[in-house]
This record gives sequence, C-alpha cells and structure tokens, in this order.
Amino acid sequence: MNQAMSANANVDTARQWLKRQSRWSPFEIVFWLALLLPFFLFPTYLPLASQIAIAALFALSVDLILGYAGIITLGHAMFFGLGAYAAALLAKAGWSEPLTGLLFAGVFAGLIGFITSFMIVRVQHLALLMITLGLGVLTLELANAMSWLTGGTDGLRVPRTWPIFNYFRFDLWGYTSYGYTLAVLFICFLLSRLLVNSSFGLALRGIRENVKRMPAIGSDHHRHLQKIYTISAAMAGLAGALLAQTTSTVALDVLSFTRSADVIVMLVLGGTGRLYGAIVGAIIFLVARDQLAGINPQYWYFWIGLLLMVVVLFMPKGILGFLSRLAGRRDND
Amino acid sequence: MTDQKEIVLRTDSLSKKFGALQVTNAVRLALPRGCRYALIGPNGAGKTTLINLITGQLKPDSGSIFLGGDDITGKSVSARVRAGLTRTFQINTLFPDLTPLEAVTLAVCEREGKAGQFWQPLSAHGAAIDEAFETLKSIGLAAAATRPTRTLPYGQQRLLEIALALATKPRVLLLDEPAAGVPKDESAALFEVIAALPSDISVLFIEHDMDIVFKFASRIIVLVAGGVLLEADPEEVRTDQRVREVYLGKGHHV
Repeated sequence: MNQAMSANANVDTARQWLKRQSRWSPFEIVFWLALLLPFFLFPTYLPLASQIAIAALFALSVDLILGYAGIITLGHAMFFGLGAYAAALLAKAGWSEPLTGLLFAGVFAGLIGFITSFMIVRVQHLALLMITLGLGVLTLELANAMSWLTGGTDGLRVPRTWPIFNYFRFDLWGYTSYGYTLAVLFICFLLSRLLVNSSFGLALRGIRENVKRMPAIGSDHHRHLQKIYTISAAMAGLAGALLAQTTSTVALDVLSFTRSADVIVMLVLGGTGRLYGAIVGAIIFLVARDQLAGINPQYWYFWIGLLLMVVVLFMPKGILGFLSRLAGRRDND
Repeated sequence: MTDQKEIVLRTDSLSKKFGALQVTNAVRLALPRGCRYALIGPNGAGKTTLINLITGQLKPDSGSIFLGGDDITGKSVSARVRAGLTRTFQINTLFPDLTPLEAVTLAVCEREGKAGQFWQPLSAHGAAIDEAFETLKSIGLAAAATRPTRTLPYGQQRLLEIALALATKPRVLLLDEPAAGVPKDESAALFEVIAALPSDISVLFIEHDMDIVFKFASRIIVLVAGGVLLEADPEEVRTDQRVREVYLGKGHHV
C-alpha cells in the first residue's frame, strides 16, 4: 500500500505524510491517563510519583539536547540545582508563590544555560563531555563554598510553598504535589512535542544526523544548538524548582554528578529521542530504586547497572524503542 | 550586450599550502551566469581543495573570492550558501534517518530563515513543503520522497545531494564528482539532470569520465599541481599537447 501511495505521490500526500508524523496516537492518550492512576490506586506512593514526575521532567530536558540535537552532557544537574536553589532562595526571601517561583527558577537556569551555550556549541564528543562535567563540578563546588547562601552541606530549609492559585494547599499525602508536578510535566511535554515536530525540531534532527551538512544547506547550526541548550537548561531548572517547592528542602546533591549521570541512565533505559523515553525511564529507575532499596538498601544500584547493560546490549534504542519495533514489525515489512 | 556574459563567481590568485605542499596555486577563475564548466585534472591536482576554498570549508592563505561582485573570502560556509554559493559532496553527505522530503524541506526552511521557529508544527510551513516536493519531483525523486534516506538506492542518494543544494536556490553550484560511484550508464542520466538545471544557475562540476566532460561542459578548466594549466573549450582541451602529457596520458581510459 505504501508503495502504491509513493508511486503516484503528489504535493498533497507529501503534506499529509508530514502531518501524520506528528499526530497523537491512542497509546499516548492512554499513557497520560495512566499517569493519573496513582491518585486512585496508590495514594501512599504519591510522594514517589512526584519524584518520578520531577525526574521525568529533568530527563525530558536532557532528551531535547541528547536525543534530538546530539549534545552529550554529564553536567546537566547544574541547571537542575540552579533552579532548585533559585526557587528556594526566592522562598527564603519571603516569596513562596509556586508559579512565579517556578518561572523565576526557569528563567535563571535558562540564562545560565544561554551563557554557557557559547562554550558548549564549540566542542564535540569527549571534549563536550569534559566541558559539561567540568561546569557541573564547578557549580557544585561553588555552591559548597558559598555556604552562607546555599547552606553548604547542611542544605537549605525552604519555607512552605503557598497554595497553588491561592487554593490548592500542599498536603501531607502529596495529592497537590503530584498534581502540580504532573501538570508542569505535561505542559512541558506538550511544548517539547510541539518543538520536536516544528521546523526547528527538524533542524535539530538534521544536526544529529549530519552536522557537517548543515552549513552546506545554509544553516547557522550553532544558533540552533544554543537555542535548544538554553531551552533545555530552563526546563531542567523548572524540575529543580519543583523539587525545592514540593519537598521544602534543598541539599547540595541537587547539583551532584550522580544526578547528572542518573538522568542519562534513565534516558538510555527508556530510549532517547522519543520524549516518552524520558518518562518511562524515570518510572523504571525510581520504581526500581524504591523496590530494590527495600530488599537490599546497600546494593540497589547493582541491579540498575545490570538492567542498564541488558538494555544497552539487547535494546539499543531503549525499552520504548524495543517495544515500538515489536509493534511496528508488521508495518515495516 | 556582447557575448561577454556577467561573471557570477570569481577567484583572484587563490593559494593554499598544506605544510610545504602547494595544493592551490594562484588560481584565477571566472564563472559566467548560467555556465556549465568542468574542472578536471589528475588525482591530487587539488580539485576538491579548490572547491573547499571557494565554499569556505578551508581558508585560503592568500587570494580572494567574489560572488556577484561581493568579496566573500571572510564569510562562513553557511553565509556563503545563503548568498547563493552552494556545493555538493563527492562522498554522500546526507541525513540518513530523514526522508528526502524532510531534508529538502529543512533546506528550504533554512533558506527562508524559518528553521528556528519552534512554536508551530512543520506542517504550518505548507509553501516550504510544496517547494521541497516540487524540487524532488523536478529531479525525479518524487516517488522516494517519504522513504528514509538510508534506504534509498545509491544513485537516488546522489540525486538527493543535488536536490539539497538546489533547495538553497544557488546562483553558483559546485558539484564535486556528482556521479562518483555511479555505474557509467546511470551517470549519463544523472548528468542529463544536471544539464537540465535552471539556465540561470552557474555550474562547475568535477568529473573524471572524459566522455561526460566533453559532452556536458561548455568549457573546461584543467588543474595540475594546484594551478590552472589551461582553461578552454572542449575541442581545444582535447587537442592540447600539454593536457595529453600531464593528464590524459596518465591512466586515462576511453
């Protein structure tokens, strides 16, 4: 059928074909509805569900640069942490309104992202890993040294966040927290989905597919990379701010190398370059950590390592890539 | 107007050294509007290096490049493309996982400065998509438009190289061995496509097959050891004694 369509292809089918690429599938709608289940089925796990939504948002921000633009990073916790401290310090200064705090943190992280992007776009491969790693470590040590501001190793106690829309109070059970984090994740997901299906998203895929060709079709691809890096940094900042606002505490580990590495692990588990991989990866990682830590608190990371190796060896496009290949096998033939 | 046509691309004593090796030696070129020039020369003559210099992949040690009268010597590769100077590559330099339709649409969006817009879906750029499809159709790739590039036969990938370049609306098109690796019978068809390109585009192509060069080039530039040995009509090149000695004599098969 595909063959017949291509044979008498015309402009209309070309347009329609491109439009089809970004259509919502029933799977996606079911997936998002399923994310509401914790409210009804596992209310005792709502705090974990909030953690997952925050990690998923962070992983989503990394997917935009890693999965779509091909920028590898080992230091993205830098923006997560900057967002967390920005929201926390704003709250400490007396302003605990959640949405403006979120916005403030996103803009701050995005600004730092924009400034560092000038360095990021000039290097590739190992040098890029080292630059991002270096920037991450630098920020962590800076936050450690500035303990008068950040609380250093003691961390910061954040004043309780005001009710959302002056109505939804943050409750002990985490209903509001999960609703809030899930809503922010969903909005950021919609924006990301729009972005990757735009002409800009196409340009990013072009950069990932063949960066050498981009200048030869007239693309100023450094500007594209700076733009997506800034957007990604802002989104990571939002995730950090959500953590600060919902847990009322910020510790130095928001900036840690482990956080930068874990988010890559989540993405690789879920599958890069498909947005949903970020969410699926975050669910697997944090549920596994929760369950495995209950069995054996000291060695839970052993199992994550094992899972990671199995996925990389047998499902190179992540768990979602594997599933979509199974589902699409018939279509591709 | 006399038979002296408007010069679109000009290089002025362009030189480049790799270490002690003079790879480009005071090259002067002038491409008139709508020309079909061939650049020939033995292996290592510096043909690709010359194209890299003109399009900005390499910086010349000395000399200048003018596009339509403007000095573009200091401009970046992408700025030159936006000014109308585009190339294709000897080795396929494509986007393997994009479809031809997506790749050419991207090139059109870049040309129109729309590639940075992330707030509306690609399908909102209907005119760009239509133009991309028409470009693909014009060189015979309509049927392959929505298949991933990596699944296309090699010959179609060579055509896509040209389609991507055309989408930038070039004034000057430099084709680095457009038929490299294509079987001889197919390469003639490929050059028919090149010959049929819009008549206001100036084309300079590198090609080793002398039958094709003599058939499709209106004028031939012979490059030897980085310098222009001769620039002349095909008939003159065919009979020139020096060309026979340095070029046709060495491993040329007819």
